[in-house]
Amino acid sequence: MRIYCVALLILLSQQARAEVFEQTLANGLRVIVKEDHRAPVLVQQIWYKAGSMDESTGKTGVAHVLEHMMFKGTRTVPAGEFSRRIAAAGGRENAFTSSDYTAYFQQLDKSRLPLAMKLESDRMHNLNLSEAEFSKEIKVVMEERRMRTDDDPHALLQEKMMGLVYLEHPYQHPVIGWMSDLESLKVNDARAWYKQWYAPNNATLVIAGDVRAAEVFALAQRYYGGIPKQVLPARRHYTEPAQLGIKRMVVKAPAELPLLVMSFHAPNIADPQQDWKPYALEMLAGVLSGNDSARLNKHLVREQQIASSAGAGYDSTSRGPGLFTLEAVPSKGATVGELEAALRGEIAALVRDGVSEQELKRVKAQVLAGEVYKLDSVFYQAMQIGQMESIGLGYKAIPLMLEKLQEVTADQVNLVAHEFLQDDNLTIAVLDPQPLSGKVSRQTGDSTHVR
Amino acid sequence: MSAKKLLCALTLCCVCSAAFATPHIQHWQSASGARVLFVEDHDIPMLDVAVSVPAGSRFDTAEKSGLASMTQGLLDLGSTGMNEDAVATGMADTGAQLTGGVDQDRASVSLRTTSREREPALNIMASVLQHPVFPEAILTREKARTISAIKEAQTQPELIAGKAFGHAVYGSHPYALSVSGEISGVEKLSVQDLQDFYRAHYNARRAVVAIMGDVTREQAEAIAQQLTGALPVSSEQDVLQSVAMNIQASEQRIVHPASQSHILIGSPGMARSDPDYFALYVGNYILGGGGFVSRLMNEVREKRGLAYSVYSYFMPLKQPGAFQIGLQTKKEQADEALMLVRKTLADFVANGPTEKELLAAKQNIIGGFPLRIDSNRKILDYLSIIGFYDLPLSYLDDFTGKIERVTVPKIRDAFARHIHPAQMATVIVGAPEGAGHQ
Repeated sequence: MRIYCVALLILLSQQARAEVFEQTLANGLRVIVKEDHRAPVLVQQIWYKAGSMDESTGKTGVAHVLEHMMFKGTRTVPAGEFSRRIAAAGGRENAFTSSDYTAYFQQLDKSRLPLAMKLESDRMHNLNLSEAEFSKEIKVVMEERRMRTDDDPHALLQEKMMGLVYLEHPYQHPVIGWMSDLESLKVNDARAWYKQWYAPNNATLVIAGDVRAAEVFALAQRYYGGIPKQVLPARRHYTEPAQLGIKRMVVKAPAELPLLVMSFHAPNIADPQQDWKPYALEMLAGVLSGNDSARLNKHLVREQQIASSAGAGYDSTSRGPGLFTLEAVPSKGATVGELEAALRGEIAALVRDGVSEQELKRVKAQVLAGEVYKLDSVFYQAMQIGQMESIGLGYKAIPLMLEKLQEVTADQVNLVAHEFLQDDNLTIAVLDPQPLSGKVSRQTGDSTHVR
Repeated sequence: MSAKKLLCALTLCCVCSAAFATPHIQHWQSASGARVLFVEDHDIPMLDVAVSVPAGSRFDTAEKSGLASMTQGLLDLGSTGMNEDAVATGMADTGAQLTGGVDQDRASVSLRTTSREREPALNIMASVLQHPVFPEAILTREKARTISAIKEAQTQPELIAGKAFGHAVYGSHPYALSVSGEISGVEKLSVQDLQDFYRAHYNARRAVVAIMGDVTREQAEAIAQQLTGALPVSSEQDVLQSVAMNIQASEQRIVHPASQSHILIGSPGMARSDPDYFALYVGNYILGGGGFVSRLMNEVREKRGLAYSVYSYFMPLKQPGAFQIGLQTKKEQADEALMLVRKTLADFVANGPTEKELLAAKQNIIGGFPLRIDSNRKILDYLSIIGFYDLPLSYLDDFTGKIERVTVPKIRDAFARHIHPAQMATVIVGAPEGAGHQ
């Protein structure tokens, strides 16, 4: 089994390396091509290394607002026309903003890359940020905030919790922005953001699918090559001050069930070759909740029946600091206090007894299988490349990280559990469910409101 | 010919010329009686398999709602010779993914596995599907979890809206029932109920097996039989209770502390077998299905900034599933948004789309066809749908041609017969409060 794993790993990583090509244009734009000829389609993704963590206090949400404004027209392409042209080419498109980056993508028939590049390169430097479009779009963003955060108790808890977890780091601010900031943002804030960050030397272009790298590079040069390089502002660096003891908070919101979230500060990957702790933390999260037989589900949901659901989460790759998170919903009759005690019991058992070889092997088997399944999604492969480039680790670290995950030992998992899952690193947030006042519905029955 | 006309002609050509190799679907009936659809593809060393049976919530009753969902949910929580932990660890050890799904019509179990671990993973899947034991203690636990989830759902505006909408659209038809059930229904479920439901509806003769990936025809034949050969055989007839197509206009305003009103508007829509399927599909793309370029999106979001999300869709089921429009907007402007949506719908139904809109829709749907079948996962889903709803095996080959033949009059005509703007159910959760709304 082990020999097979290593062999497969080498095969996969060779495959991955063989099909990825890269070039950097004179203006600093990184172009990365992942050839995959299974279906006659392609995806273009452009990743800007500018996310909400690059915002300033009082201007939160501007990265995401600008993402919306990128569909509102350029000097030569009227508002809404970007989407119409991609749609008419049979394409699907969208964009997303995170704390670390902002990305735009189109999925199309393989013949339509020139169109996608023409439109995407145009809005990299010709965006027309008008007052009129801004004033409409900011309302859309406020509706998005109401829907995704204000009226969603779990998202609300998450937002408020980040404000407590981080004292200094901008991860304390929500990507969508505080409502009062959205209310005061002006079109000039969006203009300033665009001018500052939307430059070829702050972007990675990823093209994946049924393409030839040489042709992609030629097209990239043609469409993106003429966009001037810019001087980028210096990045601010943050060193989150050490936490000196447990932090707790309660969030009240309309809901039925409480939610308990426990987040521990934890490192993430800085040096993919030398680091080992982030890989051990990934394995730890897998042992706790990587599959149906993992500890939290097995012990808390199935055996003790103290939780109706329970999970662990950790992401070893991000521009800012990492977090290791446990969360659970108590089952009927169980209190949040009992649930916390049960989760702490799981941590104590990890620290005391470590994890078994069998558990570790199981998580590794899933990582390996996941690498095979990944081949079924060109979009996801491109995502992974763009993400790794944007957070500064580079796509070449992907196969290396895979190898490092397979090398994690049970002792290492035990060591990281011991080092990081402790109270001085811990923030606990509890959702305290509030009744819906006026829960009784007022029904008007058949009516003549309809016209 | 003016330059503009020439351009139009060129784009039309573009639409017509779309030609794309569709996967070769092999089809047979297994000795078990199950129908099998198979696409052989060795590009990636993995296999996807899905088994579907007509065992969705349309077979539930109001008295014991949630039965179909609970039966499906307990399949992998214990089978003959394997307790739930053995199933879970067995699957995890192979790195395979076993998932299940249940909707109004269909219950399904799907497996994704690497070729290397195919055998052990299929063995577990075969056991879960054909030899479930529905242990009493586990049913008790899962009932408690489901009831918790239902209670939670009863506080969330979009879920409250969905439930009220189902009842307003379907009345006493079982499509009105929530798939996960009501608390009173779930509380009553017994092991006997699950066993009876399983025996009646997990019927080998009505099962559809979809297989996609790295196996040969011979292997696929063996797999299909392995997964269905020991399913129950039932001769029970599938009695369809028809959906009442013409509903009374209704409007429910439900108070909720959320900052937004969640609005749903709709009526019974179309069945999967409806001859108007493609006209309604293309028409809906133009009305509210086409992402950023639909009429609803343009009127509600792009022009006025009234909502982040606004959409419409048809849910094609065995019998007519819902036509639904949905949006969320802050309470103070809910009535304005509602009026606008109703006006947009009424206008669309009365006049149909423009030729220009139809062309744009065809360009997108036909030009984007390769994206519908660009992964094993997507092809597997098509195999299941084609098999389950008895669509022609040439469905994918015919797809772009059917879209091409849709015309403005066909859309207008199909909408006029299916969608009656004066007979819509409307649900507003988190409705604006104060005067004027009785």
